[in-house]
Amino acid sequence: MILFIVLAVVSIAAAVGVIAAQNPIRSAMALVLNFLVLAVIYFSLNLHLLGISQVLIYTGLIMMLFLFCILLLNLSAPQMLTEPSYLKRWAAVLVTGSLLVVLFSQIVGPWLVPVPPNNTFAGVISNAPDDFGTAKAVGNALFNHWVYGFEIASLLLLVGIVGSILVAKRRG
Amino acid sequence: MTEVPLAGYLTLALILFVVGAVGVVIKRNPIVIFMCIELMLNAANLAFLAFAKYHTTPLAPDVPASYTFMNGQMAVIFVMAVAAAEVAIGLGIIMAIFRTREEIDIDEMNLMKG
Amino acid sequence: MTPEFWWGTLRALIIIAFVLVGVPPVIWWERRLLSWMQDRVGPNRVGPWGLLQPIADGVKLFFKEEVMPAAVDKFVYWLAPAIALFPAFVIGATLVWGPNPMLTPVADVDIGILWVLAISSLGVYGIVLGGWASNNKYSLLGGLRSTAQLVSYELAMGVALYSVLLVTGSLKMTEVVARQQAPLYDVLPWAQNWFILTPYGFGAGVIFLICMIAETNRAPFDLPEAESELIAGFHTEYSSMKFAVFFMGEYAVMAMFGAIFTDLFLGGWSPLPLNWDYLSAQASAAHLGWLSSALSFIGGAWMAPVWFIGKVFFLLTVYIWIRATLPRLRYDQLMNVGWKFLLPFAALNFVLTAVWMLFGWLAFGIAAAVVAAGYLMVVGFVLRPRAFKDAAKVHLVDVQANTAQTIEVQR
Repeated sequence: MILFIVLAVVSIAAAVGVIAAQNPIRSAMALVLNFLVLAVIYFSLNLHLLGISQVLIYTGLIMMLFLFCILLLNLSAPQMLTEPSYLKRWAAVLVTGSLLVVLFSQIVGPWLVPVPPNNTFAGVISNAPDDFGTAKAVGNALFNHWVYGFEIASLLLLVGIVGSILVAKRRG
Repeated sequence: MTEVPLAGYLTLALILFVVGAVGVVIKRNPIVIFMCIELMLNAANLAFLAFAKYHTTPLAPDVPASYTFMNGQMAVIFVMAVAAAEVAIGLGIIMAIFRTREEIDIDEMNLMKG
Repeated sequence: MTPEFWWGTLRALIIIAFVLVGVPPVIWWERRLLSWMQDRVGPNRVGPWGLLQPIADGVKLFFKEEVMPAAVDKFVYWLAPAIALFPAFVIGATLVWGPNPMLTPVADVDIGILWVLAISSLGVYGIVLGGWASNNKYSLLGGLRSTAQLVSYELAMGVALYSVLLVTGSLKMTEVVARQQAPLYDVLPWAQNWFILTPYGFGAGVIFLICMIAETNRAPFDLPEAESELIAGFHTEYSSMKFAVFFMGEYAVMAMFGAIFTDLFLGGWSPLPLNWDYLSAQASAAHLGWLSSALSFIGGAWMAPVWFIGKVFFLLTVYIWIRATLPRLRYDQLMNVGWKFLLPFAALNFVLTAVWMLFGWLAFGIAAAVVAAGYLMVVGFVLRPRAFKDAAKVHLVDVQANTAQTIEVQR
């Protein structure tokens, strides 16, 4: 519980850092921290495979691509990366932040009420087996029952690769 | 050591999601906006995994019982795959726009405006 | 505190001590061996054979003045060396260096190999951030190169490991090592099935070795710090202890990758690919009691760390040897090797491994022969003539230019 609170605070701080930083590199670093903390939370949920995939895919590859692009822009046009500040932003923060209140009251709120009249989810405790996040369990499920989804995802990735090459190669 | 309640994970996911949404609204640099979208995707992942751990979903009757805890994890795997593809394409587009326009402020990209 | 907690702490401390104690000898060995290969003397003044040279260097770096350029991003500038050193300590968490489960590995988790891949990809953040924070175009270029290099080579490395995983059937490092102690090809009882001795494992091992050199930014893949192009790349602006930390991180990761290669392909901690238990049993059956006990001692738990460190040392020598032998790749060549050579071959190796496992070695041989013939035909009839034509053109132009220049000079 204490571990979770610490992790949650760090991850929220990192998330706020992403949008508070003026510099995209700082944002990217905060996001990397956030992803790593999320990976630790996944580990604490006994989800080994997804935790390590989080590190491998998000911090290892996706954020690396982000950094690559930021550095590339930094090299060719550093002035493009400064963030102009404007007043309307605070209004936007308020309006979007109110989303938090609405969603909280609707989604998480019912869990916090001690004995809600007709909430079947209340007081739910974890009943998952300990090994439900291991590579074996996930692989078994992925390649048996979800194999079509897996194939479609791989097709999507292939299309993504070809598409990104097309986008990047076309010269005006 | 008490167990973390499901509501804890959901609250964390919610806060992360809203922070990402705020970032998408207020930021002008498309790369940072993209990062905020990734943040929102991760918040959704966290919620999926919390539910995977705490709340089993009934499946079709012919599916083995051991798969009842897998729905959330499968969703997250697909989200990760989609995010990877999306990032590859999205960053490619951003770089292409930058090459042609020499400008990446999101508010200036109004060429497609009617 | 349970005993398991103390054992865990001990396991972690052993790995950290291995990293910390291991770095100075590695630096000394690199400098001496490189000097010897280049017909120089190398450091030989401080201590016997210059053995204390790295310590003297460390003291010197410690007392040097810290120079920080103007307009650096201070926080990131401080953070980058720490991030660069971090994976060196963490990557060994799943390393197996002996048979005793109380001492090794630190955590025998079911994602051991993925852990190695994931953590090794984190190390590059130190390089990128250091290059960016230095506020120097050369450093930035170094960081930029390292991102692209990492992404390309990480991929080939992962795909090369698929065949190891396929044969082992588990991501656990202990099981990978245990699988390699089975009889060779599952038929020869006196030998061990080191993956480097199997055809598919050999292919995967070569690809993994190349990728590992690229991941640790060593020559001939040291593009991020290419001193003849980028001054010193990402650590141009780093001095004093921060530079020392970068330097140490590089060598520590190098040693750790040597250890990982040992676990994955060179049979972990057993000395030669011989089945020591089997040989020992044979010897005692032949009434050679002393030979039997000697054999079981050699293959036993007490000598395991010695053999393991010996193999890591051998791999470090290979690293240095390659550095002394090969010139640095050009950047486009680097990308070509990664994407057009290593990745397809790793994928092909994976498929061939599957063929071996399903249909046996004969089918593997036939499939490999067909693939090799196809590859040679493609290269011989399609790719090569074009390349030769281009090369000839360039050569001709060069010759003309040279002649023109010579004539010019002669005039």
